[in-house]
Amino acid sequence: MEAQEVQKNMSNDLSTHSAEVKRRMSKRLKKRQAAEKRFQFYGMAAIFTGMMFLVILFTTIISKGWPAFLQTSIQLNVNLDPEIVDPSGERNVDKLMQANYTKIARTALYAELGGKPKNRKTRKLMYKLLSRGVDVQIRDVVVADPSLIGKTVPIWLYAHGNVDALLKGAIDRNTENSSRLVKDQQLEWIDKLVASGKMAKQFNWGLFTHPASSQPETAGLGVALIGTFFMIIIVLLLAIPIGVAAALYLEEFAPKNRVTDIIEVNINNLAAVPSIVFGLLGLAVFINFMGLPRSGSIVGGLVLALMTLPTIIIATRAALRAVSPSIREGAYGVGASKMQTIFHHILPLAFPGIMTGTIIGIVQAVGETAPLLMIGMVAFVQDFPTTPMEPATALPVQIFMWATSAERGFVERTAGATMVLLAGLFVLNAAAVYLRRKYERKW
Amino acid sequence: MLKVFSVELRGKVSEVLSLYVTGFLTYILPPVIVIGIVYFIGKWKAQRLLKNQGVAKNTGTAANALSLHSRPPYHGAFLALVSFLPAVIVFCAWSIAEGPVIKGMVNSTLPASVGELEAGKQDLISSVIGTVENGLKKLDQKELALLEQAAQYDKEVNKAAAPVEPEAIRKLFEDKNIILAENPEPYVLSAALKSRSFTQFSTYGKYTLFVLMSIAAFMIAYSSIKLRLRARNGVETIVKWFLILASIIAIVTTFGILFSVLFETINFFQIIPPSNFFFGTVWDPRFGWGATGGDGNFGQYGFLPLLWGTLYISFVALFVSVPVGLFAAIYMSEYAGSKLRSIAKPALEILAGIPTIVYGFFALVTLGPFFRDAGAVVGLEINASSVLTAGFVMGIMLIPFISSLSDDIINAVPQSLREGSLGLGSTKSETITKVVLPAALPGLVGAVMLAASRAIGETMIVVLAAGIAAKLHMNPFDALTTITVKIVNQLTGDHEFGSPETLVAFALGLSLFIITLMLNVYALYIVRKYREQYD
Amino acid sequence: MVATHIVESEAPMLDKKLDVNDQDANNLAEAETTNVDPAKKSTKITSEDIDVYYGEKQALFGINLDIPENSVTSLIGPSGCGKSTYLRCINRMNDVIDICRVSGTIKIDGNDIYDPSLDVVELRARIGMVFQKPNPFPKSIYDNIAYGPRIHGLTESKDELDELVESSLVKAGLWKEVKDRLAGPGTGLSGGQQQRLCIARAIATKPEVILMDEPCSALDPIATATIEELIDELRTNYTIVIVTHSMQQAARVSQRTAFFHLGKVIEEGETTQIFTNPQNEKTQDYITGRFG
Repeated sequence: MEAQEVQKNMSNDLSTHSAEVKRRMSKRLKKRQAAEKRFQFYGMAAIFTGMMFLVILFTTIISKGWPAFLQTSIQLNVNLDPEIVDPSGERNVDKLMQANYTKIARTALYAELGGKPKNRKTRKLMYKLLSRGVDVQIRDVVVADPSLIGKTVPIWLYAHGNVDALLKGAIDRNTENSSRLVKDQQLEWIDKLVASGKMAKQFNWGLFTHPASSQPETAGLGVALIGTFFMIIIVLLLAIPIGVAAALYLEEFAPKNRVTDIIEVNINNLAAVPSIVFGLLGLAVFINFMGLPRSGSIVGGLVLALMTLPTIIIATRAALRAVSPSIREGAYGVGASKMQTIFHHILPLAFPGIMTGTIIGIVQAVGETAPLLMIGMVAFVQDFPTTPMEPATALPVQIFMWATSAERGFVERTAGATMVLLAGLFVLNAAAVYLRRKYERKW
Repeated sequence: MLKVFSVELRGKVSEVLSLYVTGFLTYILPPVIVIGIVYFIGKWKAQRLLKNQGVAKNTGTAANALSLHSRPPYHGAFLALVSFLPAVIVFCAWSIAEGPVIKGMVNSTLPASVGELEAGKQDLISSVIGTVENGLKKLDQKELALLEQAAQYDKEVNKAAAPVEPEAIRKLFEDKNIILAENPEPYVLSAALKSRSFTQFSTYGKYTLFVLMSIAAFMIAYSSIKLRLRARNGVETIVKWFLILASIIAIVTTFGILFSVLFETINFFQIIPPSNFFFGTVWDPRFGWGATGGDGNFGQYGFLPLLWGTLYISFVALFVSVPVGLFAAIYMSEYAGSKLRSIAKPALEILAGIPTIVYGFFALVTLGPFFRDAGAVVGLEINASSVLTAGFVMGIMLIPFISSLSDDIINAVPQSLREGSLGLGSTKSETITKVVLPAALPGLVGAVMLAASRAIGETMIVVLAAGIAAKLHMNPFDALTTITVKIVNQLTGDHEFGSPETLVAFALGLSLFIITLMLNVYALYIVRKYREQYD
Repeated sequence: MVATHIVESEAPMLDKKLDVNDQDANNLAEAETTNVDPAKKSTKITSEDIDVYYGEKQALFGINLDIPENSVTSLIGPSGCGKSTYLRCINRMNDVIDICRVSGTIKIDGNDIYDPSLDVVELRARIGMVFQKPNPFPKSIYDNIAYGPRIHGLTESKDELDELVESSLVKAGLWKEVKDRLAGPGTGLSGGQQQRLCIARAIATKPEVILMDEPCSALDPIATATIEELIDELRTNYTIVIVTHSMQQAARVSQRTAFFHLGKVIEEGETTQIFTNPQNEKTQDYITGRFG
């Protein structure tokens, strides 16, 4: 009440305005204040919207992706029958690699579930509890330690993707048997195995080590991680020296004329060229003209290095510009040449800025997908590449490939791979922040 | 821990280790040692010169002529650089040139009939030649002799039965795990053998020249080391040229993009008339060009539906991101306290750092189905892949981009204008909308144009969320496709490289490059002018 | 004794300056008449115990100052003495700065302006402000003037607004120069014209008080003289508070002067008295040029 009183008093004191104008002003003032409130609300709503999208994005990906880090497995007492594993008894590794381990796995499963079913259909239902990749798992055990041949060892083997999906709740038990991917009879076996502790979810190391596979349970990021690693190394080796050198020239040596102006505009534009166009460049120049291998991480690395170059140049120039001119003058004052001034004094001081810019560039490069599609890194690669010349994929490309796969199990793998990618980028960003904090302005 | 790795991976680890260790020992270490030795020779000579002069100094000569112009390490570096740099440059130039030169020489030995074949077939032949040449390494003496015999056989000259049938040769290679695309004709084998000998000859020549040049340059440089040699200036000039070279790469990249894409685009327009591309309203490339190439009908490559899809989706993206991003920037720079800013700013930065593939995945599995279901509830038919989904997600991606650019631009408006307006009794929002924003308008237009250029060039979101239907319609709930989607589609399919289905990707890429380049150049220009205005 | 001598030697110089301009001489005369009859002018603004903090740092210490109606009061003092800070308290411009905190009371016509129920927007409409650097909005000259009336809704029709713009420009002495280019950009004017535009802009909202924060510091002497003339004319209708670095300017345009030093008011009173017979030693030192 009192507040209104004061306001009224104040309005009455507006001596220079007529009563009519005063009335209009105070009436208008209410509207204006409402407009102000509304405007502030829009601003807050905008920030809230942005943050909400962030939360939704992360919750979606994490809720979809965490099951990918777990894998349902079945513990079976596997009898490594020498008759099947190594009939010749030579213990030759090449021969050991080719034995029929599937049969061994199935035999062990039948034994676990009370004997081999007579009915062919039932038998199929039973062995469909196991992943098609279990032969590789047993083989790995045998090759690692051939002395186990002839013994019965307990081994955890991957369950089939559908069983995995059931245990993770992705398949509803209560749907009609005919339309359910896991049949009633299988449910019975699964319950039995779970009850006896023979079936459980374990941490899925395979997600990080397995190469490409058409079954979700044996598909992993192994090749993609190696490819991404190679590309990061190539980007570091090429983009940092070239980018820093170019920035040094442009900032410290280049005369300020039209040519350097054009270079400057050009670099700024290069930073905004769509990434897919860099992919076309890679395809036309590196693969078709220079004859580098398609799908190789060398081409990916080169393309990403070219893409990162402008980012590094821009960041380095900013870092160089931030070094106080007094340091330059001090160095010249003691008779250092320009080159000595730059390499002994300015570059070390600009180092944290350069590193931060470089890491930001690397983060962009690591997350980049489109140019890698252009140069054929979308291949189904099952062999681990040893050199950058061999076919590989990259983390984001693997996400793309899994995202477009039809199988249900790949959705969680995709989200899981996305989590791995985001975690990697987070670590890189944290490193950038740490470097910036640690080396910031010590002079 | 090691147990989780499969046998393949474990084997790979040791293989990789030995590969890289031997690689380092053979290719990296020896040159480093040689360069190091040369460096120390130069340094040592300079030190010795100085020492000898030091004796003379006591006898009293002019000081200027006595001391070294540059410190000994510069002499070392000078010697090392001058000894090897010219040889390295020549070596690299040779290595780049030898491939095309040898290929040309080998091709000239092929029978004339090969030159008349179509481009795809010729590519196949040269790829077989390459595979055979690589495979020669795995053959033993006897097999090589057999091959040479087969290569000399000429159907036209001696009518006798071939000593070795091409099928047998193919089989021979297959046994060595080398898969040939077709049965190698005798001329293919002869070309491969010639190519191998040319390559060997070239390699020997290359290395010999390298060694000779290095030695000669070393001798000259060594004898030129004198007290007053300006070694530091020499080294610095070379370093400066390296810096110049590095900055030229940025220019070369732009021209590389332009020329490589332009070159393939010209190839495309030699097959498909430009009017079909630029003014066509139907996108319908005929697949299997090799088979239907005869009738001269290669399908339709109408650019307009793709352009329309691109622009429409970009418009939706800007429609979402500009208001949200702009208001977020305004609130953060004009209203928010330091506490809110310290949360909201990093949050938006995180949003900006998320790779676009993640947004694409989000659109594909979450937002697309959500829109479809939500549409079904209110009786709208919304495709899971639609303009709305793609545009909306792209809009989310652009929010931090717009907000950080606008934040910079709004902050560049001088505080005195705000105070002038507040001093007249305007509210904060009136100050912002009537004074700050109009003053910042040119910069904001530039920011929106940069965002538009990003939206137009964005690939992964539209690949996963926009659909592949190249149509001309206004329905935001239906699928449309974009330039970038079609570039990806055309290049990830199994097409031959020379076919129009593949080449069209370059024509699309060139159009994309030009559109975004124009937007960027203009936007960066107005942003720069805007900043200068308030500097 | 020494100090008096210096003041005496200063005084003829001041006189000489004043002689240049008859008007200014009249000012002084008028100021003297005010001095004779203080009841003639009632107090417009009163300040009690104003303390201002920027974060931890205190900028003003217990300011008590009364400002009379329809006259020019100048605030002088060395840089960083708090005179601008005090000026910005009067229209609560310090609210814009996050870390700034103000305590004490300032009353205009007896109403506390720091009353939480008071609308700061309304306050600022009553108290115009002119800044150190001319800050015309990047709009046309017309729109610059019309900005205030438009946001406050002072006029109802286009004709009325045109009239208001014209009368403001006339009062600011700018009408003749710009009447043919009202649609031209305000930033295209010369520095002095820009500052007069800003004054016209402030007048257009029909304020009671005009605050001027070193309005001539960015201008050349000729432009300064024009602005000073303008200030003198405006005095009949408005209460003017001016912060200035130039003692001559204070002497020329103001009737009352307050001397600030290290965040405190050292002395205040009739301008003639401050300049000819300062009571405080510091004031004396300052106006005789010993520091500042």
